[in-house]
Formats: sequence, C-alpha cells, structure tokens
Amino acid sequence: MKYIEHELVYKRMKKRILLNYLLKILFFIATLFGVFVLAVLIYRVLADGIGYLNVDFLTNRLSTEPDRAGIMGAILGTLWLMAVVIPITMVLGVGTAIYNELYAKKGKLQSIIETNISNLSGVPSIVYGILGMTIFVKTLSFGNVVLAGGLTMSLLVLPIVIVSSQEAIRAVPNDLSEGSYGLGSTKWQTVKNIILPAAIPGILTGSILALSRAIGETAPLVVLGIPALLIPFPSSLFDRFTVLPMQIYYWTLDSSLVSEYANLAAATIIVLLVMLFALNSVAIVIRNKFQRRY
Amino acid sequence: MDFKILTGLDKEKEAIDRQLVFTTQDLNLWYGETHALKNINLPIYEREVTAIIGPSGCGKSTFLKTLNRMVELVQGVHTSGRIEYRNRNIFDKNFRVEELRTKVGMVFQKPNPFPKSIYDNIAYGPRIHGIKNKEILDQIVEKSLRGAAIWDEVKDRLKESAYGLSGGQQQRLCIARALAIEPDVILMDEPTSALDPKSTLKVEQLIQELKADYSIVIVTHNMQQAARISDRTAFMLNGELIEYSDTDSLFSTPADQRTEDYITGRFG
Repeated sequence: MKYIEHELVYKRMKKRILLNYLLKILFFIATLFGVFVLAVLIYRVLADGIGYLNVDFLTNRLSTEPDRAGIMGAILGTLWLMAVVIPITMVLGVGTAIYNELYAKKGKLQSIIETNISNLSGVPSIVYGILGMTIFVKTLSFGNVVLAGGLTMSLLVLPIVIVSSQEAIRAVPNDLSEGSYGLGSTKWQTVKNIILPAAIPGILTGSILALSRAIGETAPLVVLGIPALLIPFPSSLFDRFTVLPMQIYYWTLDSSLVSEYANLAAATIIVLLVMLFALNSVAIVIRNKFQRRY
Repeated sequence: MDFKILTGLDKEKEAIDRQLVFTTQDLNLWYGETHALKNINLPIYEREVTAIIGPSGCGKSTFLKTLNRMVELVQGVHTSGRIEYRNRNIFDKNFRVEELRTKVGMVFQKPNPFPKSIYDNIAYGPRIHGIKNKEILDQIVEKSLRGAAIWDEVKDRLKESAYGLSGGQQQRLCIARALAIEPDVILMDEPTSALDPKSTLKVEQLIQELKADYSIVIVTHNMQQAARISDRTAFMLNGELIEYSDTDSLFSTPADQRTEDYITGRFG
C-alpha cells in the first residue's frame, strides 16, 4: 500500500515552487529598498555639499557668513570627545566584561547584572543626556565642557562595549585557558597571556562600532546644552566644544534663514561619513590582522 | 594505613615499598546534585604509571582532575574527604592551587597548544613562574622537547606556530610543555584518544620513558593501552572504585565480577 500519491504531490509541488519564487522577489525588493534610499541620501548629500567642501571649509573657524564658515572647531571637538570616550570605555567596558565572564561567580545576582547591562544598551540616548546633565553638568558642575560630554557619551556606549567584549571572551576555546591553569598560572596571567590576545579582534570590532555610534550621536549633547555657534577651538578637557553632528543639526535648522546653510550641513555630513567610514575600515584591518586561526 | 583494596598487589612490588605521592581518603564529589565520586580511596605511587579505566561517565576523568583541582573550574562542584599530596592536604587553604598545579602537571584529551610559536608554548610555564633569562629558557625548551621525544622534529622550526604540527606532534608538544615546569606528577586525561595509531604508539613509548623521572596517572578507555603501559590499574564504575591492583593481576585474575565483565568486554 502506498501513502504517497505521486500525481497529487506533483500538482502541489508547482504551488510550492511558485511561492518560493514569489518570496525570493519580495526579499530582493526589501533589500533593494534600503539600498535605494541610502543611495538617494548619499546622492543628495554629495550634490548639495561637494561644491562647498574645500581646505578652507575644513580649516576655518565658524562664521555666520557661509563663504567664510569652517568646521575646524567641530572636527577638533569630535576628536576631543573621542579622546575622552576611547580610554574610558576601553578600561571600564573591557574590565567589566573580564570580571563578568571570568571572575564573577555565576548566580542570580550575576545574571541580574548581565540582563541589566544588556537592557541598558536599549535605553534611548536622550535619557543618557538627561543623566549626564544631572550628574556631570549640574551636580559635579563641570558645565557643558568636553569632559561632561565625553563622560555622557561613554555611559551611552559602555553597554555595547561590555556586551561585545563578553561575547568575544566567551568565544575563546576553554581548553586554551585550561592549558594555562594546568601549568599553575593565576587567573590574571591566563587572562593576559591567553584569553585577551585571542579575544582582542572581537573586543576591538565591538568597541569601534560603539565609537562610531558615539561620533554620530546628537540627542544627548543637545540636552547637555552643547552649542553649535562656537567660535573658539577647544584646547582642554574643561573647554566648551561642539561636534560635527551638532553643527549639522543647527545648520539644518537655520537653513530656512540662510539657504546656503543647507549646503554647509551637507558638506559636514560628507566629512562625518568619511570619518565613520575610516573608523570602520580601521576596525576591519585590525580584525584581519589579529584574527589568526586557532 | 589500611589499604584493603590492595589485596591483589603482588609481594615483590610491596617489598620495594614505593613512596606515595597521593593518598585519597573517602573522597566524595558532587556536580550540583549529581554524586560523581563515591568514597574513593586510591593511593598513587611514585615513579609508576597508574591507569584508571572504566566506562564513560564512571568518574575517572573527574577523579584525575580532582588531583590538581582542575575540577573546580566547573560551576557547582563540591567535595568531601581528603586528598594528600606528599603528606599535604591539597584542599588546605595554605596550599595554593597554583603551587599544586606546578607540582602536578596535566596533559589533556585534545591537544591544546597555545596559538603561539613552539618555543613560546614550552617557555610559557617557566615564564609565568618568573623565569626571564633567555639562556635558561633556551635550555628549558631544549630539555623539555628532548624529554618529550620531539626535539629532532621541531628544532629547526621553534619560531613557527605550534598549529603547523600534526595532532600527534601537538600532543607531545603539550607533554613537553608540562615537563617544562619540572613537575613531580603528570596527569594524563585520555591523551591518545584524539590520535592515530602511530602517534598513539609514540606517546605510549614516551610514557614508558617518562616514568623513570615522573609519577604518571593516566585515564584511558582503552584497556589494551592500560595493560601495555601501566604498573597499576584502577577500575571505576558509576563513581565507585571497584578494584585497584597491579596491572597484571587485575587483567589476569580480577577479584571482582564487575571488573571481569568489563575487561572481557561484556559491557562498557
């Protein structure tokens, strides 16, 4: 006795194959949609901004006259911000990840802490802005200076660094660390000599993606009261500063008053995109350099 | 001390009166709720090869890893009873695990060289114990690699990655790495189970040579291997030590019916 009627199966098969084909087209269109919108965006930005992009624009101080306006202040501000965010997130983020993965006893408290860190990466950035305003600008009365902005941004991206570092550490094969413990090494010697070298590509990839986010974020800085119209350059942690996305934000807002501001904003977007692109390339190069098979 | 379990031991060996490196008294171990080792009393003698055999899950690897406290890397392990290494309680707070593991080295089931050069793999142990002198390190590396019978194969490529070696060479490299910290005891957890027959033979020959200077405890699920290379054999089943005696008598005249069933292949 036969359970499978091949005639019937053949009829049904046509339907299944058609559905497969239709869905493939749907998924392709979905992909195309994102790429298309991005392409339009980049085209518009380039068309509006490329004519305004020159050495003077990159090196001049800010001015209300579009012809003389430059973004050197915002570039320096972004670099200063990075100078605060990079060391703080690397030390606190990687340190937290090492403690959670390797030192902490697994238990209820540990899992509550880990869940909360994951949840923190989903908290809207403006909330971090309010937190930074309350703690760094007001309570510690730093004012809206580089240090306050950098610390706020560090808090914002710390969860991303912690989670990605923990995943990188977890991916290191157990038998490598067992080999090290078996020779009588302490936990820190094993971490330093075996686990971190193997985990570093993953840690750096995650950290640089987090930094890209810190470079592009605007909302928390708006809450901190970071100005866009700032003529002097920042030269210390306690100087007032502005950053590229703030510059874009204000020029876009004021483009109804002076139409050329829209072009300046577009030119600034190009600079910001190039910086992000460079950072991501660095991430890829570092990953490939350290990523040896094991 | 009362070692009733040693009744099968032949008189000659007792006469030599070998020094004990490990004594185990009523050792119990739990993984959470699971009772993995039950009242184990198993002395380990100096400069002998002691084999532990038994079916999968009988606790033989767990026992081995308890001897250098590697078992504590697993979450939720707790023990009762006593293990003494040369008359020192290994669970004593004053006996640090780092010190214990320097005396009691380990070779694992799967070769696990570090992602470093051959030289750096061997020098790893001495370096973490504070030896920085290049000449001394050079000598240790050569001595250890010679000791593990792999020097001639790797002497021209010490700076190359250990991953370029074959599986059998990697395992002998791991043995050399264990020798580099000049241990007293070497624990081997099924060291040939991932190797082909030819590499297995080489490692077995090596074990025979090593017992002149080291005490070796080897876990194996290969009974022929235990019979070939060991002086004493312990048979474990479901977390219990069923029988422990010199290898010849355990395999020729087992005292316990379960041992006989196992070594004649009726189960396991």
